Amino acid sequence: MNADVRPIRTAAETGLIEAFEAVRAALPGGERGAQLRDDAFATIASRGLPNRRVEEWKYTDLRALMREARPLAGPVTPAELAAAEALLPMADVEALRIVFVNGRLAPSLSQLAGAPSGVAISPLSDALEGDAPHALVLEGAPADNALVALNTAFVADGLMIAVDEGVAASRAIHVANVQTGAAHSSYGRLLVSVGKGASVTLIESHSGDAAGHQTNTLVGLDLADDAKANLVKLQDEGLGTLHLATLAVRLGRKAELNSLALSAGSLAARQQIFLAFKGDKATANVSGAGFAGARRHLDTTLVIDHEGQGCVSRELFKTALDGQARSVFQGKIVVRPGAQKTDGKMMAKALLLSEGAEADAKPELEIFADDVVCGHGATVGAIDDELLFYLKSRGLPQVEAEALLVQAFVGEVIEMIEDEPLRDALTARAERWLRERD
Amino acid sequence: MEPDVKMLLSIKNLHASIEDKPILRGLDLDVKAGEVHAIMGPNGSGKSTLSYVLAGKSDYDVTEGSATLDGADLFAMEPDARAAAGLFLAFQYPLEIPGVATMTFLKTALNAQRRARGEAELPTPQFIKLVREKADGLGISTDMLKRGLNVGFSGGEKKRNEVLQMALLEPKLCVLDETDSGLDIDALKIVAEGVNALRAKDRGFVVITHYQRLLDHIVPDVVHVMAKGRIVRTGGKELAHELEARGYADYVEEAA
Repeated sequence: MNADVRPIRTAAETGLIEAFEAVRAALPGGERGAQLRDDAFATIASRGLPNRRVEEWKYTDLRALMREARPLAGPVTPAELAAAEALLPMADVEALRIVFVNGRLAPSLSQLAGAPSGVAISPLSDALEGDAPHALVLEGAPADNALVALNTAFVADGLMIAVDEGVAASRAIHVANVQTGAAHSSYGRLLVSVGKGASVTLIESHSGDAAGHQTNTLVGLDLADDAKANLVKLQDEGLGTLHLATLAVRLGRKAELNSLALSAGSLAARQQIFLAFKGDKATANVSGAGFAGARRHLDTTLVIDHEGQGCVSRELFKTALDGQARSVFQGKIVVRPGAQKTDGKMMAKALLLSEGAEADAKPELEIFADDVVCGHGATVGAIDDELLFYLKSRGLPQVEAEALLVQAFVGEVIEMIEDEPLRDALTARAERWLRERD
Repeated sequence: MEPDVKMLLSIKNLHASIEDKPILRGLDLDVKAGEVHAIMGPNGSGKSTLSYVLAGKSDYDVTEGSATLDGADLFAMEPDARAAAGLFLAFQYPLEIPGVATMTFLKTALNAQRRARGEAELPTPQFIKLVREKADGLGISTDMLKRGLNVGFSGGEKKRNEVLQMALLEPKLCVLDETDSGLDIDALKIVAEGVNALRAKDRGFVVITHYQRLLDHIVPDVVHVMAKGRIVRTGGKELAHELEARGYADYVEEAA
């Protein structure tokens, strides 16, 4: 091997290195925090951004997608704050709302004081102060993952939510992230712990203007034994934005997660999900619906790690693509040697509405236990001509007939949401995409 | 024959093929307003092809001839425009569409046709009242209307649902493709009653069937025999009985 390998840095990599040098001394987290950030950034500085020669990034070449690093978002101006308010989604959904604008907490738009009883909500910036910045240590996601490492290196604000043992949070909590103003990069982190036997519904939204922002968001969710969480995410970034997201979930014994994401925005998005069953008999339903037209790119990459015995995981992802859009689904179910009686099923389906659209699916199973039920499937196809003809013969024009069939296709995912206003909000967003096909 | 009765459907020298294989070979058919025409014929004579070609299924190529509905050139229109112009095809095998509630489908279809004709959309309360009225007569329950289109419906329920759509969309010309297939005698009666209720002096029917039994319930004015892609004989309703007694053997040989 050639020992003298000197990576040629891209403009984005050079930009990230310069940005980190410029801000590292000023970032919160004290001495210990600085060490964690340096360690995290070292993986980026040495390896560069992941590209298609790295297996997990084969279909989503981050080096190509991120041509240059946008400058870190500056302080939010009053004009940006006003613009952000207009970009807030899901106004009709009843929830306690906490708003971040360009990655920074916007107290004037947030109901920080209104936390339901038994639920503690605090800015992440508070936790980053002092010498024990545990907020920078994320359990459950690989620290050397590029998106996790970048988030750890740069994150300065976010939210921590703790639901006390036995508490059923009386209101949903909506964490809204809005990007507005000049093209920038922003980092956000939401860390949630749900105590033993407690339950909570979380809504995470991402919206913004059409500028070429770069967002890196990380959600850490720890469910104690018998805890339950519903997590609904709306990814509706502006169509110029690069959306990079990580969800890391750990489930205790008999814990339950219902997670659903609708992706209708961004120029390119990668959603990583790392889910680990740490205890026995826990359940996770992880699903997503995605829409993309033009030359947009939607990536969902998930790893479901069965450690505990008798856990049930269900993954269902559906994507509709038009124009030259491309979707990527990489899903892996890992069953560890002790994880007997695991029941895991994963399905990814893509519907291509144009000749130029492309869907890549890579489902994987790694099973090291001998008494398990695991399965996966993936389908990629066009709309059924027979169904289309039936609808057209009843007077529906082509576009309307297609829209009805796509709605039916993704409806299977969206209808899993029990809360009606929330379900209606996502359905309305899907309907809008079907009109605009952007 | 009254000279002032309007010609609804006029097919002249129709040739159509699928994947370069000719199926229809010079078919002529005229249906006037108020008339019910039955088309009978052996398997493979092109009966279903005729219904699909009229409705505009893209698998078929019209290679020669013409078809007009109320004077408008059918082949110049997309399937949805044909529907808005007043053509309705009741499918032999109605399709199941999970995730699309029957009620949603009916509303979308009716409003699409109204829009295409430049009419205002029907307000939802009025629409629901209208559907309930028509559904009751066909024994279609509220539960069925909420379910996915034809999903979990029996053969009879699917055909009743086709008649419900027909009743709601009020077409000028109804083409029924083997509506009796897969129906027991009770289901057949309900469907036939539904169709008979729609008979009107300004509406025409083309009833395609292999068996005479449907025509005991939907009594035709004219019966045609189709073989090898053409109409080879035309007569009154008694022709159906003759076919039932003698079979299609004569026509298979005659046209061959």
